Amino acid sequence: MLQKVVRSTIIDAPIERVWAVIRDFNSHDQWHAVVDQSRIERGESSDQVGCVRNFTLKDGAHIREQLLTLDDRHYKSTYCIVEATVPLQRYVATVTLKPVTDGNRTFWHWESTFATPPGMERELRDMVAQGVYEAGFENLRRHLREGGDLRVPGAARESTLAAMPRALPVASRRIVVPRYGGPEQMVLQDADCPAPGPGEVRIRQRAIGVNYIDIYLRRGWIPPMMAEGGTPGMESAGSVLDWGEGVHGFLPGDRVAYLWHVPGSYAHVRNVPADAVVRLPPTVEDETAAALLLKGLTADYLVHDLGNLDRRGPGARVLVHAAAGGVGLLVCAWARKLGATVIGTVSSEAKARLAREYGCQHVIVSENYRFADAVQQLGGADVLIDGLGEAARDENLAALARRGHWISLGNATGALAQVDTQALLAKSITFSRPVVFDYVATRAELERRAARLWAALADGTLKPPPVERHSLAGAAEAHARLERRATSGALVLLA
Amino acid sequence: MIRVYVSSVIDAAADTVWSRIRDFNALPLWHPAIADSRIENNEPSDRVGCIRHFHTRDGGLIRERLLALSDYDYTCTYEILESPMGVANYVATLKLTPVTDGGRTFAEWSAEFDCAEGREHELNELIGNGVFQGGFDALKRHFARR
Repeated sequence: MLQKVVRSTIIDAPIERVWAVIRDFNSHDQWHAVVDQSRIERGESSDQVGCVRNFTLKDGAHIREQLLTLDDRHYKSTYCIVEATVPLQRYVATVTLKPVTDGNRTFWHWESTFATPPGMERELRDMVAQGVYEAGFENLRRHLREGGDLRVPGAARESTLAAMPRALPVASRRIVVPRYGGPEQMVLQDADCPAPGPGEVRIRQRAIGVNYIDIYLRRGWIPPMMAEGGTPGMESAGSVLDWGEGVHGFLPGDRVAYLWHVPGSYAHVRNVPADAVVRLPPTVEDETAAALLLKGLTADYLVHDLGNLDRRGPGARVLVHAAAGGVGLLVCAWARKLGATVIGTVSSEAKARLAREYGCQHVIVSENYRFADAVQQLGGADVLIDGLGEAARDENLAALARRGHWISLGNATGALAQVDTQALLAKSITFSRPVVFDYVATRAELERRAARLWAALADGTLKPPPVERHSLAGAAEAHARLERRATSGALVLLA
Repeated sequence: MIRVYVSSVIDAAADTVWSRIRDFNALPLWHPAIADSRIENNEPSDRVGCIRHFHTRDGGLIRERLLALSDYDYTCTYEILESPMGVANYVATLKLTPVTDGGRTFAEWSAEFDCAEGREHELNELIGNGVFQGGFDALKRHFARR
């Protein structure tokens, strides 16, 4: 009579990560304690269906198993024993993984049927169920916890085994602003990053995005967000060190990025709420993520939610100020892809070339914010994306088309004073003053927008903006250049 | 065709969870979004082909036909005949699988359907988050109190 063994468990890791280990038919000697050595016969690749793996077990037994099914779509692998020193006959086993969407975990089902010599049924069933399957669950858990699957083959073991101990402070350095003011106010200090609290993930940051809001914070223009002595910075990319109570779905070493409304990303190590953290696809580099997350999600809600460019149809005229800036280039490319006519203002010929390269059709070079006549000659702006602020207020009103939508995004020339509703009435103009954090207020929305951003990168709608790199210690220089309008593209601090 | 898939882990044995959800007429007993339910023509609720006729708490009428029921695989498949959601060709399956490690249950709820263009995200949210995850959350709460 055929014996049947079924064992299943939940692994606290995303399915992609568990599958990356399981699908390698030759990986067991790296994570399963009963397997001493594993090799694929005849030099075949371990994902070639029909290949045979040759195991030597710790107890000296030999087993040869053949891969019968490998299914990346259903996360399934089936194999059989072709020869073994243990008396398992007609042994066919299947491993199936399924995603636990509630908590981003993995359900792992392992089952087999086999025959045995008379009288050995129970012994062999226990051996398979406990010795192989249940032990395998535990072994794989430990392997992932230790980051064994992230280890580069041949690299020194200590690099990953030295993963940060849980619940201890970790040495870090961060930028602080003791007094509001110019870039020179920013100083680098040693400061431990405490153990992550409940719901928090501790991240070893590698690339930190610099945004114009960081300058407002440093200047003291938004005191409720950052007091003196605070650390600026809203976003970063890096890898997970550890996490606090109640957090699921992360493992040490997971590549992530985050965007959070509480400043403090100008640091080597930082704790942030798990809800603000998104996993990075392998195709997106740390620097790209840091350069793109806040700006890209901003461009996403500007063109889709506020600009409605996906609904307005072809030919809608969009006026983008600072068209060669981090957000500007992304908006130009995305709006163009959605069929809009893109008009941009920039401060130099070099920036004009860059803006054109990213899809801006009509570029106005102006040092003194004079652009309304040129925009009106094109029919006026249906959507105005305004990062300039006060100095351009009257030109903006003049440049808008009837029923135009004015999106006030920033204050590069000084805070916009109160907007006169009579001025809006003259052309039925609508006015928005958005901030990105309200558009990623839930984890589901953050993930949805981030997925749309990565997809736009992958299909070429967006190309990563040029990145200007500075060290974390060089944050002051980065800010100074951004304020002098000397940069184009995105600024990233490397930690 | 849109596909919604939600899965969760419930801290009770699969046959225990199954006994709570097997009855095709029992939604109001375990799903917080459902107000009442009856089986049309007074048929037994485990007769494949029977139709449940129920109202959501916000008043919507939904009629669903039982297409498959398996006490062996712990699965229940049904289609929507009538609903205010604006879906077509809607077929859903609720499936339990024992997790041998810890005597827990892996629960999956999936649906496939067609809808008007532009409503995919909204329906995905309503069905995946509201109906399916809402039901799993209620089961998790129920079995956590034991």
